[in-house]
Amino acid sequence: MTAGLLAAEWTKIRSVRSTLWTLLVFVVVAIGFSALVALVISNTWNNPGNHPNHITLVTDPTAVLFGAGFGLGQLAMCVLGVIVISSEYSTGAIRSSLLAVPRRIPMLAAKAIVFMLLDFVVSAITVFAVFFISTAILRSHISITLSTTGVARACIGGILYLTVLGLFSLAIGGLIRHTAGAIATVIALVLVVPPLISLIPGTIANHVHGYLPTIAGTLVAQTSEQSGDVLSPWQGFGVFCIWTAVLLGACGYLLMHRDA
Amino acid sequence: MAEPPGLIEARELTKRFGDKVAVDHLSFNVEPGRVTGFLGPNGAGKSTTMRLITGLDRPDGGTATIGGRGYRQLTKPLTVVGALLEARSIHPGRSARNHLLYLAQTQELPAKRADEVLDLVGLRDVANKRAGGFSLGMTQRLGIAAAMLGDPPVLLLDEPVNGLDPEGIRWVRNFMRQLAGEGRTIFVSSHLMSEMAVTADHLIVIGRGSLIADSSAEDFIERSSERSVLVKSPDSARLRELITAEGGTVQKDTAPGEDKNGDEGMIVTGLPAPRIGELAASASLVLHELTPRLPSLEEAFMELTADSVEFGKIEPPKTAAPGTAATPTAGTS
Repeated sequence: MTAGLLAAEWTKIRSVRSTLWTLLVFVVVAIGFSALVALVISNTWNNPGNHPNHITLVTDPTAVLFGAGFGLGQLAMCVLGVIVISSEYSTGAIRSSLLAVPRRIPMLAAKAIVFMLLDFVVSAITVFAVFFISTAILRSHISITLSTTGVARACIGGILYLTVLGLFSLAIGGLIRHTAGAIATVIALVLVVPPLISLIPGTIANHVHGYLPTIAGTLVAQTSEQSGDVLSPWQGFGVFCIWTAVLLGACGYLLMHRDA
Repeated sequence: MAEPPGLIEARELTKRFGDKVAVDHLSFNVEPGRVTGFLGPNGAGKSTTMRLITGLDRPDGGTATIGGRGYRQLTKPLTVVGALLEARSIHPGRSARNHLLYLAQTQELPAKRADEVLDLVGLRDVANKRAGGFSLGMTQRLGIAAAMLGDPPVLLLDEPVNGLDPEGIRWVRNFMRQLAGEGRTIFVSSHLMSEMAVTADHLIVIGRGSLIADSSAEDFIERSSERSVLVKSPDSARLRELITAEGGTVQKDTAPGEDKNGDEGMIVTGLPAPRIGELAASASLVLHELTPRLPSLEEAFMELTADSVEFGKIEPPKTAAPGTAATPTAGTS
Protein backbone atom coordinates (compact mmCIF):
# COMPACT_ATOMS: atom_id res chain seq x y z
CA MET A 1 0.00 0.00 0.00
CA THR A 2 1.23 3.43 -0.89
CA ALA A 3 0.74 7.03 0.12
CA GLY A 4 -1.22 7.42 -3.09
CA LEU A 5 -3.82 4.90 -1.98
CA LEU A 6 -4.19 6.64 1.38
CA ALA A 7 -4.58 9.98 -0.38
CA ALA A 8 -7.15 8.44 -2.71
CA GLU A 9 -9.22 7.04 0.14
CA TRP A 10 -9.05 10.40 1.89
CA THR A 11 -10.29 12.09 -1.28
CA LYS A 12 -13.13 9.58 -1.48
CA ILE A 13 -14.23 9.97 2.12
CA ARG A 14 -14.07 13.77 2.20
CA SER A 15 -15.77 14.27 -1.17
CA VAL A 16 -19.18 12.88 -0.28
CA ARG A 17 -21.61 14.77 1.90
CA SER A 18 -22.69 11.73 3.90
CA THR A 19 -19.34 11.79 5.75
CA LEU A 20 -19.84 15.30 7.02
CA TRP A 21 -23.48 14.71 7.94
CA THR A 22 -22.95 11.50 9.88
CA LEU A 23 -19.98 12.95 11.76
CA LEU A 24 -22.03 16.03 12.56
CA VAL A 25 -24.84 13.84 13.89
CA PHE A 26 -22.30 11.89 15.95
CA VAL A 27 -20.82 15.01 17.55
CA VAL A 28 -24.13 16.80 18.13
CA VAL A 29 -25.93 13.76 19.55
CA ALA A 30 -23.00 12.76 21.78
CA ILE A 31 -22.41 16.22 23.20
CA GLY A 32 -26.08 17.21 23.25
CA PHE A 33 -27.35 14.11 25.03
CA SER A 34 -24.49 14.01 27.51
CA ALA A 35 -24.96 17.67 28.36
CA LEU A 36 -28.72 17.16 28.70
CA VAL A 37 -28.23 14.27 31.13
CA ALA A 38 -25.69 16.27 33.13
CA LEU A 39 -28.06 19.25 33.28
CA VAL A 40 -30.97 17.11 34.48
CA ILE A 41 -28.81 15.47 37.15
CA SER A 42 -27.48 18.84 38.26
CA ASN A 43 -30.91 20.48 38.43
CA THR A 44 -32.45 17.61 40.41
CA TRP A 45 -29.45 17.08 42.66
CA ASN A 46 -31.13 18.26 45.85
CA ASN A 47 -34.59 16.89 45.09
CA PRO A 48 -35.87 14.38 47.65
CA GLY A 49 -35.84 10.69 46.71
CA ASN A 50 -33.33 8.14 45.44
CA HIS A 51 -30.55 9.22 43.12
CA PRO A 52 -28.79 6.12 41.79
CA ASN A 53 -26.82 8.39 39.46
CA HIS A 54 -25.13 10.04 42.42
CA ILE A 55 -23.65 6.71 43.48
CA THR A 56 -22.63 5.78 39.96
CA LEU A 57 -20.94 9.18 39.55
CA VAL A 58 -18.67 8.12 42.38
CA THR A 59 -18.11 4.46 41.47
CA ASP A 60 -18.08 4.70 37.66
CA PRO A 61 -18.40 8.36 36.64
CA THR A 62 -17.78 7.82 32.92
CA ALA A 63 -20.75 5.44 32.75
CA VAL A 64 -22.99 8.39 33.52
CA LEU A 65 -20.99 10.97 31.57
CA PHE A 66 -20.70 8.90 28.37
CA GLY A 67 -23.63 6.47 28.64
CA ALA A 68 -26.43 8.48 27.12
CA GLY A 69 -24.52 10.56 24.58
CA PHE A 70 -22.33 7.84 23.14
CA GLY A 71 -24.91 5.09 23.58
CA LEU A 72 -26.92 6.86 20.92
CA GLY A 73 -24.16 8.78 19.13
CA GLN A 74 -22.13 5.65 18.45
CA LEU A 75 -24.81 4.58 15.97
CA ALA A 76 -23.82 7.47 13.69
CA MET A 77 -20.25 6.17 13.68
CA CYS A 78 -21.59 2.68 12.90
CA VAL A 79 -23.54 4.11 9.97
CA LEU A 80 -20.50 5.95 8.64
CA GLY A 81 -18.34 2.83 8.97
CA VAL A 82 -20.86 0.86 6.95
CA ILE A 83 -21.46 3.40 4.19
CA VAL A 84 -17.78 4.14 3.71
CA ILE A 85 -17.63 0.78 1.95
CA SER A 86 -21.25 -0.20 1.18
CA SER A 87 -21.91 3.01 -0.76
CA GLU A 88 -19.22 1.92 -3.21
CA TYR A 89 -21.30 -1.14 -3.96
CA SER A 90 -24.68 0.60 -4.03
CA THR A 91 -23.45 3.30 -6.41
CA GLY A 92 -21.25 1.06 -8.56
CA ALA A 93 -18.18 3.14 -7.66
CA ILE A 94 -16.55 -0.09 -6.49
CA ARG A 95 -15.92 -0.92 -10.15
CA SER A 96 -13.89 2.24 -10.63
CA SER A 97 -12.05 1.57 -7.38
CA LEU A 98 -11.16 -2.02 -8.24
CA LEU A 99 -10.15 -1.18 -11.80
CA ALA A 100 -7.64 1.21 -10.24
CA VAL A 101 -6.53 -1.22 -7.50
CA PRO A 102 -7.13 -4.72 -8.87
CA ARG A 103 -5.20 -6.34 -6.03
CA ARG A 104 -8.06 -5.10 -3.87
CA ILE A 105 -6.57 -5.74 -0.41
CA PRO A 106 -4.42 -2.57 -0.52
CA MET A 107 -7.60 -0.59 -1.23
CA LEU A 108 -9.38 -2.16 1.75
CA ALA A 109 -6.35 -1.56 3.97
CA ALA A 110 -6.05 2.07 2.88
CA LYS A 111 -9.77 2.61 3.37
CA ALA A 112 -9.66 1.06 6.85
CA ILE A 113 -6.63 3.13 7.89
CA VAL A 114 -8.02 6.43 6.61
CA PHE A 115 -11.42 5.86 8.19
CA MET A 116 -9.81 4.67 11.42
CA LEU A 117 -7.74 7.86 11.67
CA LEU A 118 -10.75 10.05 10.92
CA ASP A 119 -12.85 8.13 13.44
CA PHE A 120 -10.07 8.39 16.04
CA VAL A 121 -9.61 12.14 15.66
CA VAL A 122 -13.33 12.95 15.70
CA SER A 123 -13.92 10.57 18.62
CA ALA A 124 -11.03 12.03 20.61
CA ILE A 125 -12.35 15.57 20.18
CA THR A 126 -15.90 14.49 21.03
CA VAL A 127 -15.00 12.34 24.04
CA PHE A 128 -12.98 15.11 25.65
CA ALA A 129 -15.60 17.70 24.74
CA VAL A 130 -18.28 15.56 26.39
CA PHE A 131 -16.08 14.97 29.41
CA PHE A 132 -15.23 18.61 30.01
CA ILE A 133 -18.72 19.93 29.27
CA SER A 134 -20.46 17.38 31.50
CA THR A 135 -18.03 17.69 34.40
CA ALA A 136 -18.29 21.48 34.19
CA ILE A 137 -22.07 21.24 34.47
CA LEU A 138 -21.76 18.95 37.51
CA ARG A 139 -18.88 20.82 39.16
CA SER A 140 -20.92 22.45 41.88
CA HIS A 141 -22.04 19.01 43.07
CA ILE A 142 -19.18 16.63 42.40
CA SER A 143 -15.59 17.01 41.22
CA ILE A 144 -14.54 14.58 38.50
CA THR A 145 -11.19 15.21 36.82
CA LEU A 146 -8.85 13.30 34.55
CA SER A 147 -6.72 12.54 37.61
CA THR A 148 -9.61 10.75 39.32
CA THR A 149 -8.66 7.06 39.44
CA GLY A 150 -9.53 5.28 36.20
CA VAL A 151 -11.05 8.32 34.49
CA ALA A 152 -8.17 9.07 32.12
CA ARG A 153 -8.05 5.42 31.04
CA ALA A 154 -11.80 5.40 30.56
CA CYS A 155 -11.61 8.48 28.32
CA ILE A 156 -8.83 6.96 26.21
CA GLY A 157 -10.79 3.70 26.27
CA GLY A 158 -13.90 5.44 24.99
CA ILE A 159 -11.93 6.89 22.09
CA LEU A 160 -10.42 3.50 21.28
CA TYR A 161 -13.81 1.78 21.54
CA LEU A 162 -15.37 4.24 19.08
CA THR A 163 -12.43 3.83 16.73
CA VAL A 164 -12.63 0.03 16.69
CA LEU A 165 -16.43 0.21 16.48
CA GLY A 166 -16.04 2.11 13.21
CA LEU A 167 -13.77 -0.59 11.80
CA PHE A 168 -16.14 -3.27 13.07
CA SER A 169 -18.96 -1.58 11.14
CA LEU A 170 -16.79 -1.13 8.06
CA ALA A 171 -16.03 -4.86 8.05
CA ILE A 172 -19.72 -5.73 8.26
CA GLY A 173 -20.46 -3.20 5.50
CA GLY A 174 -17.87 -4.91 3.31
CA LEU A 175 -19.21 -8.36 4.10
CA ILE A 176 -22.88 -7.57 3.49
CA ARG A 177 -22.35 -4.93 0.76
CA HIS A 178 -25.92 -3.60 1.10
CA THR A 179 -26.19 -0.43 3.15
CA ALA A 180 -29.55 -1.13 4.77
CA GLY A 181 -28.77 -4.76 5.56
CA ALA A 182 -25.36 -3.92 6.99
CA ILE A 183 -26.64 -1.06 9.14
CA ALA A 184 -29.45 -3.27 10.46
CA THR A 185 -26.91 -5.98 11.28
CA VAL A 186 -24.56 -3.63 13.11
CA ILE A 187 -27.38 -2.07 15.12
CA ALA A 188 -28.68 -5.53 15.99
CA LEU A 189 -25.22 -6.56 17.22
CA VAL A 190 -24.73 -3.33 19.19
CA LEU A 191 -28.19 -2.72 20.64
CA VAL A 192 -30.45 -5.76 20.25
CA VAL A 193 -28.43 -8.93 20.80
CA PRO A 194 -26.73 -8.06 24.13
CA PRO A 195 -29.95 -7.45 26.14
CA LEU A 196 -31.52 -10.56 24.61
CA ILE A 197 -28.58 -12.75 25.63
CA SER A 198 -28.58 -11.23 29.10
CA LEU A 199 -32.17 -12.48 29.52
CA ILE A 200 -30.89 -16.06 29.43
CA PRO A 201 -30.08 -17.15 32.98
CA GLY A 202 -26.91 -19.05 33.90
CA THR A 203 -23.17 -18.56 33.87
CA ILE A 204 -22.67 -19.76 30.30
CA ALA A 205 -25.03 -17.12 28.98
CA ASN A 206 -23.33 -14.59 31.24
CA HIS A 207 -19.97 -15.42 29.68
CA VAL A 208 -21.38 -15.35 26.14
CA HIS A 209 -22.85 -11.95 26.94
CA GLY A 210 -19.52 -10.76 28.32
CA TYR A 211 -17.68 -11.73 25.15
CA LEU A 212 -20.11 -10.02 22.75
CA PRO A 213 -18.20 -7.44 20.71
CA THR A 214 -19.63 -4.24 22.11
CA ILE A 215 -20.16 -5.57 25.64
CA ALA A 216 -16.49 -6.53 25.80
CA GLY A 217 -15.46 -3.40 23.92
CA THR A 218 -17.16 -0.89 26.24
CA LEU A 219 -15.47 -2.27 29.36
CA VAL A 220 -12.42 -0.17 28.60
CA ALA A 221 -14.57 2.99 28.79
CA GLN A 222 -15.67 2.16 32.35
CA THR A 223 -13.88 3.91 35.16
CA SER A 224 -13.79 0.81 37.35
CA GLU A 225 -14.67 -2.88 37.03
CA GLN A 226 -18.23 -3.77 37.95
CA SER A 227 -19.53 -6.91 39.58
CA GLY A 228 -20.60 -9.30 36.85
CA ASP A 229 -17.91 -8.26 34.38
CA VAL A 230 -16.27 -11.40 33.04
CA LEU A 231 -13.33 -9.53 31.53
CA SER A 232 -11.00 -6.76 32.66
CA PRO A 233 -11.15 -3.48 30.70
CA TRP A 234 -8.15 -4.23 28.51
CA GLN A 235 -9.10 -7.90 28.08
CA GLY A 236 -12.50 -6.72 26.93
CA PHE A 237 -10.95 -4.31 24.47
CA GLY A 238 -8.71 -7.13 23.22
CA VAL A 239 -11.75 -9.33 22.62
CA PHE A 240 -13.44 -6.52 20.68
CA CYS A 241 -10.27 -6.07 18.59
CA ILE A 242 -10.21 -9.80 17.83
CA TRP A 243 -13.87 -9.71 16.71
CA THR A 244 -13.04 -6.78 14.44
CA ALA A 245 -9.85 -8.33 13.07
CA VAL A 246 -11.65 -11.58 12.23
CA LEU A 247 -14.46 -9.71 10.47
CA LEU A 248 -11.98 -7.53 8.56
CA GLY A 249 -10.11 -10.68 7.55
CA ALA A 250 -13.32 -12.25 6.29
CA CYS A 251 -14.13 -9.00 4.49
CA GLY A 252 -10.72 -9.07 2.79
CA TYR A 253 -11.05 -12.72 1.85
CA LEU A 254 -14.46 -12.22 0.26
CA LEU A 255 -13.31 -9.03 -1.44
CA MET A 256 -10.59 -11.07 -3.16
CA HIS A 257 -12.86 -13.94 -4.12
CA ARG A 258 -16.20 -12.38 -4.98
CA ASP A 259 -17.00 -10.80 -8.31
CA ALA A 260 -17.30 -7.05 -8.01
CA MET B 1 9.30 -13.69 -25.15
CA ALA B 2 8.02 -10.17 -24.60
CA GLU B 3 4.46 -9.51 -25.69
CA PRO B 4 3.49 -6.27 -27.38
CA PRO B 5 2.30 -4.06 -24.49
CA GLY B 6 -1.03 -3.41 -26.16
CA LEU B 7 -1.97 -6.98 -27.04
CA ILE B 8 -5.04 -8.41 -25.35
CA GLU B 9 -5.16 -12.18 -25.34
CA ALA B 10 -8.10 -14.27 -24.21
CA ARG B 11 -7.50 -18.00 -23.98
CA GLU B 12 -10.32 -20.46 -23.31
CA LEU B 13 -12.00 -17.84 -21.17
CA THR B 14 -14.98 -19.34 -19.37
CA LYS B 15 -17.45 -17.87 -16.90
CA ARG B 16 -20.54 -19.48 -15.44
CA PHE B 17 -23.28 -17.89 -13.39
CA GLY B 18 -24.97 -20.85 -11.76
CA ASP B 19 -26.15 -23.11 -14.57
CA LYS B 20 -25.81 -20.44 -17.19
CA VAL B 21 -22.60 -20.35 -19.18
CA ALA B 22 -22.01 -16.66 -19.90
CA VAL B 23 -18.63 -17.03 -21.59
CA ASP B 24 -17.74 -20.37 -23.10
CA HIS B 25 -14.10 -21.21 -23.91
CA LEU B 26 -13.60 -17.91 -25.66
CA SER B 27 -10.22 -17.31 -27.30
CA PHE B 28 -9.18 -14.26 -29.30
CA ASN B 29 -6.48 -11.62 -29.69
CA VAL B 30 -7.04 -7.89 -29.84
CA GLU B 31 -4.22 -6.18 -31.70
CA PRO B 32 -2.84 -2.67 -31.22
CA GLY B 33 -3.29 0.10 -33.76
CA ARG B 34 -6.83 -0.59 -34.81
CA VAL B 35 -10.39 -0.47 -33.60
CA THR B 36 -11.60 -3.96 -32.81
CA GLY B 37 -15.35 -4.23 -32.57
CA PHE B 38 -16.73 -6.72 -30.09
CA LEU B 39 -20.13 -7.68 -31.37
CA GLY B 40 -22.93 -9.81 -30.20
CA PRO B 41 -26.60 -9.61 -29.37
CA ASN B 42 -27.59 -8.44 -25.91
CA GLY B 43 -26.74 -11.15 -23.42
CA ALA B 44 -24.06 -12.70 -25.62
CA GLY B 45 -21.41 -12.26 -22.93
CA LYS B 46 -19.63 -9.11 -24.14
CA SER B 47 -19.75 -7.24 -20.83
CA THR B 48 -18.84 -10.35 -18.87
CA THR B 49 -15.82 -10.87 -21.12
CA MET B 50 -14.69 -7.30 -20.52
CA ARG B 51 -15.17 -7.76 -16.77
CA LEU B 52 -13.05 -10.90 -16.95
CA ILE B 53 -10.30 -9.09 -18.86
CA THR B 54 -10.21 -6.31 -16.25
CA GLY B 55 -10.27 -8.67 -13.28
CA LEU B 56 -13.62 -7.50 -11.91
CA ASP B 57 -14.94 -11.04 -12.30
CA ARG B 58 -12.88 -14.18 -11.82
CA PRO B 59 -12.99 -16.65 -14.70
CA ASP B 60 -14.07 -20.22 -14.02
CA GLY B 61 -11.49 -21.25 -16.58
CA GLY B 62 -8.98 -19.83 -19.01
CA THR B 63 -6.97 -16.64 -18.88
CA ALA B 64 -7.04 -13.09 -20.15
CA THR B 65 -3.85 -11.06 -20.38
CA ILE B 66 -2.82 -7.60 -21.47
CA GLY B 67 0.71 -7.40 -22.80
CA GLY B 68 1.25 -10.86 -21.37
CA ARG B 69 0.13 -10.00 -17.85
CA GLY B 70 -3.12 -10.59 -16.03
CA TYR B 71 -4.97 -7.42 -15.04
CA ARG B 72 -4.67 -8.22 -11.35
CA GLN B 73 -0.89 -8.33 -11.70
CA LEU B 74 -0.69 -4.76 -12.96
CA THR B 75 0.71 -2.33 -10.38
CA LYS B 76 -0.62 0.84 -12.02
CA PRO B 77 -3.37 -0.63 -14.16
CA LEU B 78 -4.87 2.66 -15.32
CA THR B 79 -1.60 3.49 -17.07
CA VAL B 80 -1.91 0.25 -19.05
CA VAL B 81 -5.64 -0.18 -19.60
CA GLY B 82 -8.40 2.42 -19.65
CA ALA B 83 -11.81 0.91 -19.26
CA LEU B 84 -15.28 2.31 -19.70
CA LEU B 85 -17.55 -0.41 -18.45
CA GLU B 86 -20.97 0.35 -17.04
CA ALA B 87 -21.76 4.03 -16.83
CA ARG B 88 -22.88 3.42 -13.26
CA SER B 89 -19.37 3.25 -11.84
CA ILE B 90 -19.36 6.68 -10.23
CA HIS B 91 -20.58 7.84 -6.82
CA PRO B 92 -23.37 10.30 -7.67
CA GLY B 93 -22.53 12.51 -4.73
CA ARG B 94 -18.93 13.06 -5.78
CA SER B 95 -17.86 15.77 -8.19
CA ALA B 96 -16.36 14.86 -11.53
CA ARG B 97 -12.99 16.29 -10.51
CA ASN B 98 -12.89 14.41 -7.19
CA HIS B 99 -13.80 11.18 -8.97
CA LEU B 100 -10.86 11.63 -11.32
CA LEU B 101 -8.62 12.98 -8.55
CA TYR B 102 -8.89 9.89 -6.38
CA LEU B 103 -8.35 7.62 -9.38
CA ALA B 104 -5.23 9.65 -10.27
CA GLN B 105 -3.97 9.35 -6.69
CA THR B 106 -4.25 5.56 -6.75
CA GLN B 107 -1.89 5.55 -9.75
CA GLU B 108 0.48 8.17 -8.29
CA LEU B 109 -0.47 10.48 -11.16
CA PRO B 110 -0.34 14.26 -10.65
CA ALA B 111 -3.63 15.91 -9.75
CA LYS B 112 -3.46 18.08 -12.87
CA ARG B 113 -4.08 14.94 -14.94
CA ALA B 114 -7.69 15.12 -13.71
CA ASP B 115 -8.08 18.58 -15.22
CA GLU B 116 -6.35 17.53 -18.42
CA VAL B 117 -8.77 14.68 -19.08
CA LEU B 118 -11.71 16.90 -18.12
CA ASP B 119 -10.56 19.26 -20.88
CA LEU B 120 -10.13 16.33 -23.24
CA VAL B 121 -13.78 15.31 -22.92
CA GLY B 122 -15.14 18.84 -22.57
CA LEU B 123 -16.33 18.61 -18.97
CA ARG B 124 -14.15 21.36 -17.49
CA ASP B 125 -17.16 23.63 -16.85
CA VAL B 126 -18.93 21.05 -14.70
CA ALA B 127 -15.81 19.69 -12.98
CA ASN B 128 -17.06 20.61 -9.52
CA LYS B 129 -20.65 19.52 -10.07
CA ARG B 130 -21.90 16.32 -8.52
CA ALA B 131 -21.76 13.48 -11.04
CA GLY B 132 -25.25 12.36 -10.03
CA GLY B 133 -26.70 15.36 -11.84
CA PHE B 134 -25.02 14.55 -15.14
CA SER B 135 -26.91 13.49 -18.25
CA LEU B 136 -26.16 10.06 -19.67
CA GLY B 137 -23.95 11.65 -22.30
CA MET B 138 -21.96 13.61 -19.71
CA THR B 139 -21.64 10.48 -17.57
CA GLN B 140 -20.24 8.59 -20.55
CA ARG B 141 -17.78 11.43 -21.17
CA LEU B 142 -16.70 11.30 -17.53
CA GLY B 143 -16.21 7.54 -17.91
CA ILE B 144 -14.05 8.14 -20.97
CA ALA B 145 -12.10 10.79 -19.06
CA ALA B 146 -11.43 8.22 -16.33
CA ALA B 147 -10.34 5.70 -18.96
CA MET B 148 -7.89 8.24 -20.45
CA LEU B 149 -6.49 9.29 -17.08
CA GLY B 150 -3.36 7.14 -17.23
CA ASP B 151 -2.83 7.74 -20.97
CA PRO B 152 -3.06 3.96 -21.47
CA PRO B 153 -2.03 2.04 -24.60
CA VAL B 154 -5.16 -0.11 -24.32
CA LEU B 155 -8.79 1.03 -24.12
CA LEU B 156 -11.77 -1.16 -23.35
CA LEU B 157 -15.08 0.50 -24.07
CA ASP B 158 -18.34 -1.28 -23.32
CA GLU B 159 -21.17 0.18 -25.42
CA PRO B 160 -19.67 3.69 -25.32
CA VAL B 161 -22.29 5.28 -27.57
CA ASN B 162 -25.25 3.97 -25.59
CA GLY B 163 -27.63 6.80 -24.89
CA LEU B 164 -25.57 9.42 -26.70
CA ASP B 165 -27.04 11.96 -29.09
CA PRO B 166 -25.79 12.00 -32.68
CA GLU B 167 -23.18 14.61 -31.88
CA GLY B 168 -21.90 12.54 -28.97
CA ILE B 169 -21.83 9.42 -31.12
CA ARG B 170 -19.74 11.19 -33.75
CA TRP B 171 -17.42 12.48 -31.05
CA VAL B 172 -16.83 9.01 -29.60
CA ARG B 173 -16.38 7.56 -33.09
CA ASN B 174 -13.73 10.09 -34.08
CA PHE B 175 -12.07 9.77 -30.71
CA MET B 176 -11.69 6.01 -31.10
CA ARG B 177 -10.34 6.37 -34.66
CA GLN B 178 -7.84 8.95 -33.48
CA LEU B 179 -6.64 6.78 -30.57
CA ALA B 180 -6.26 3.76 -32.82
CA GLY B 181 -4.30 5.95 -35.21
CA GLU B 182 -1.89 6.69 -32.36
CA GLY B 183 -1.18 2.97 -32.17
CA ARG B 184 -3.40 2.16 -29.21
CA THR B 185 -5.49 -0.94 -28.84
CA ILE B 186 -9.17 -0.06 -28.99
CA PHE B 187 -11.58 -2.81 -28.01
CA VAL B 188 -15.14 -1.59 -28.23
CA SER B 189 -18.29 -3.59 -27.71
CA SER B 190 -21.62 -2.94 -29.30
CA HIS B 191 -24.80 -4.74 -30.16
CA LEU B 192 -25.30 -2.27 -33.01
CA MET B 193 -23.82 -3.57 -36.22
CA SER B 194 -24.33 -0.25 -37.96
CA GLU B 195 -22.12 1.47 -35.41
CA MET B 196 -19.33 -1.05 -35.89
CA ALA B 197 -19.65 -0.80 -39.68
CA VAL B 198 -18.33 2.76 -39.54
CA THR B 199 -15.74 2.44 -36.76
CA ALA B 200 -14.28 -1.04 -36.55
CA ASP B 201 -11.35 -2.32 -38.60
CA HIS B 202 -11.64 -5.76 -37.14
CA LEU B 203 -14.51 -7.68 -35.64
CA ILE B 204 -14.81 -10.28 -32.93
CA VAL B 205 -18.34 -11.62 -32.96
CA ILE B 206 -19.76 -13.75 -30.17
CA GLY B 207 -23.11 -15.34 -29.51
CA ARG B 208 -24.09 -17.17 -26.33
CA GLY B 209 -20.59 -16.76 -25.00
CA SER B 210 -18.88 -18.48 -27.92
CA LEU B 211 -16.79 -17.10 -30.74
CA ILE B 212 -18.64 -16.81 -34.04
CA ALA B 213 -16.20 -14.80 -36.09
CA ASP B 214 -12.81 -13.16 -35.70
CA SER B 215 -11.92 -11.35 -38.90
CA SER B 216 -11.64 -8.02 -40.64
CA ALA B 217 -14.94 -6.28 -41.19
CA GLU B 218 -14.78 -6.92 -44.97
CA ASP B 219 -13.92 -10.59 -44.60
CA PHE B 220 -16.72 -10.96 -42.12
CA ILE B 221 -19.27 -9.96 -44.74
CA GLU B 222 -17.61 -11.99 -47.47
CA ARG B 223 -17.41 -15.18 -45.49
CA SER B 224 -20.40 -15.07 -43.28
CA SER B 225 -23.01 -14.56 -45.92
CA GLU B 226 -23.37 -15.99 -49.40
CA ARG B 227 -23.26 -13.45 -52.14
CA SER B 228 -26.50 -13.18 -54.05
CA VAL B 229 -27.62 -11.57 -57.28
CA LEU B 230 -30.79 -9.62 -57.92
CA VAL B 231 -32.17 -10.50 -61.32
CA LYS B 232 -35.12 -8.85 -63.03
CA SER B 233 -36.46 -10.06 -66.31
CA PRO B 234 -39.82 -9.88 -68.07
CA ASP B 235 -39.38 -13.57 -68.83
CA SER B 236 -38.56 -14.67 -65.35
CA ALA B 237 -40.18 -18.09 -65.50
CA ARG B 238 -37.96 -19.19 -68.39
CA LEU B 239 -34.87 -17.69 -66.78
CA ARG B 240 -35.63 -19.46 -63.52
CA GLU B 241 -35.55 -22.82 -65.26
CA LEU B 242 -32.19 -22.05 -66.83
CA ILE B 243 -30.70 -20.91 -63.55
CA THR B 244 -31.98 -23.94 -61.65
CA ALA B 245 -30.67 -26.27 -64.38
CA GLU B 246 -27.24 -24.61 -64.02
CA GLY B 247 -27.21 -25.29 -60.27
CA GLY B 248 -28.30 -21.89 -58.97
CA THR B 249 -30.95 -21.39 -56.33
CA VAL B 250 -33.79 -18.95 -56.78
CA GLN B 251 -35.36 -17.53 -53.67
CA LYS B 252 -38.93 -16.65 -54.41
CA ASP B 253 -40.60 -13.54 -53.18
CA THR B 254 -37.53 -12.25 -51.46
CA ALA B 255 -36.87 -9.46 -53.89
CA PRO B 256 -38.79 -6.22 -53.65
CA GLY B 257 -42.13 -6.63 -55.47
CA GLU B 258 -42.85 -5.85 -59.07
CA ASP B 259 -41.15 -2.85 -60.51
CA LYS B 260 -42.65 -0.37 -62.93
CA ASN B 261 -42.16 -2.73 -65.86
CA GLY B 262 -44.14 -5.42 -64.09
CA ASP B 263 -41.01 -7.55 -63.63
CA GLU B 264 -40.73 -9.79 -60.66
CA GLY B 265 -37.31 -9.68 -59.03
CA MET B 266 -35.48 -12.87 -58.14
CA ILE B 267 -32.72 -13.36 -55.64
CA VAL B 268 -30.28 -15.91 -57.02
CA THR B 269 -27.60 -17.59 -55.01
CA GLY B 270 -25.03 -20.13 -56.13
CA LEU B 271 -24.31 -18.48 -59.45
CA PRO B 272 -22.21 -15.38 -60.08
CA ALA B 273 -23.79 -12.47 -61.93
CA PRO B 274 -21.72 -12.89 -65.15
CA ARG B 275 -22.84 -16.51 -65.51
CA ILE B 276 -26.50 -15.50 -65.14
CA GLY B 277 -25.97 -12.87 -67.81
CA GLU B 278 -24.47 -15.46 -70.14
CA LEU B 279 -27.37 -17.84 -69.54
CA ALA B 280 -29.86 -15.12 -70.37
CA ALA B 281 -27.94 -14.13 -73.52
CA SER B 282 -27.67 -17.71 -74.74
CA ALA B 283 -31.45 -18.05 -74.49
CA SER B 284 -32.01 -14.57 -75.89
CA LEU B 285 -33.85 -13.45 -72.77
CA VAL B 286 -34.16 -9.79 -71.88
CA LEU B 287 -32.67 -8.73 -68.57
CA HIS B 288 -33.85 -5.54 -66.89
CA GLU B 289 -31.55 -5.81 -63.95
CA LEU B 290 -28.59 -7.90 -62.90
CA THR B 291 -27.14 -6.67 -59.62
CA PRO B 292 -24.60 -8.49 -57.43
CA ARG B 293 -25.68 -7.96 -53.85
CA LEU B 294 -23.25 -7.62 -50.96
CA PRO B 295 -25.02 -8.06 -47.66
CA SER B 296 -24.64 -5.22 -45.22
CA LEU B 297 -22.65 -5.88 -42.09
CA GLU B 298 -25.98 -5.77 -40.31
CA GLU B 299 -27.43 -8.58 -42.39
CA ALA B 300 -24.33 -10.69 -41.97
CA PHE B 301 -24.47 -10.16 -38.25
CA MET B 302 -28.16 -10.97 -38.00
CA GLU B 303 -27.71 -14.08 -40.05
CA LEU B 304 -24.90 -15.31 -37.83
CA THR B 305 -26.41 -14.50 -34.50
CA ALA B 306 -30.11 -14.93 -35.11
CA ASP B 307 -30.29 -18.64 -34.58
CA SER B 308 -28.09 -20.34 -32.06
CA VAL B 309 -28.67 -23.70 -33.77
CA GLU B 310 -26.57 -22.45 -36.64
CA PHE B 311 -23.64 -21.97 -34.29
CA GLY B 312 -23.48 -25.70 -33.89
CA LYS B 313 -22.48 -26.10 -37.53
CA ILE B 314 -19.33 -24.07 -37.21
CA GLU B 315 -18.52 -24.60 -33.55
CA PRO B 316 -17.13 -27.75 -31.98
CA PRO B 317 -20.00 -29.82 -30.63
CA LYS B 318 -20.98 -28.99 -27.08
CA THR B 319 -22.95 -30.86 -24.51
CA ALA B 320 -26.54 -29.80 -24.85
CA ALA B 321 -27.79 -29.96 -21.29
CA PRO B 322 -26.13 -27.33 -19.10
CA GLY B 323 -26.35 -29.47 -16.00
CA THR B 324 -24.32 -32.24 -17.52
CA ALA B 325 -21.63 -30.09 -19.11
CA ALA B 326 -18.30 -31.70 -18.33
CA THR B 327 -16.06 -28.94 -19.60
CA PRO B 328 -12.31 -29.28 -19.08
CA THR B 329 -11.75 -26.02 -17.26
CA ALA B 330 -9.18 -25.26 -14.64
CA GLY B 331 -11.21 -23.77 -11.84
CA THR B 332 -14.65 -24.42 -10.49
CA SER B 333 -17.00 -21.87 -9.08
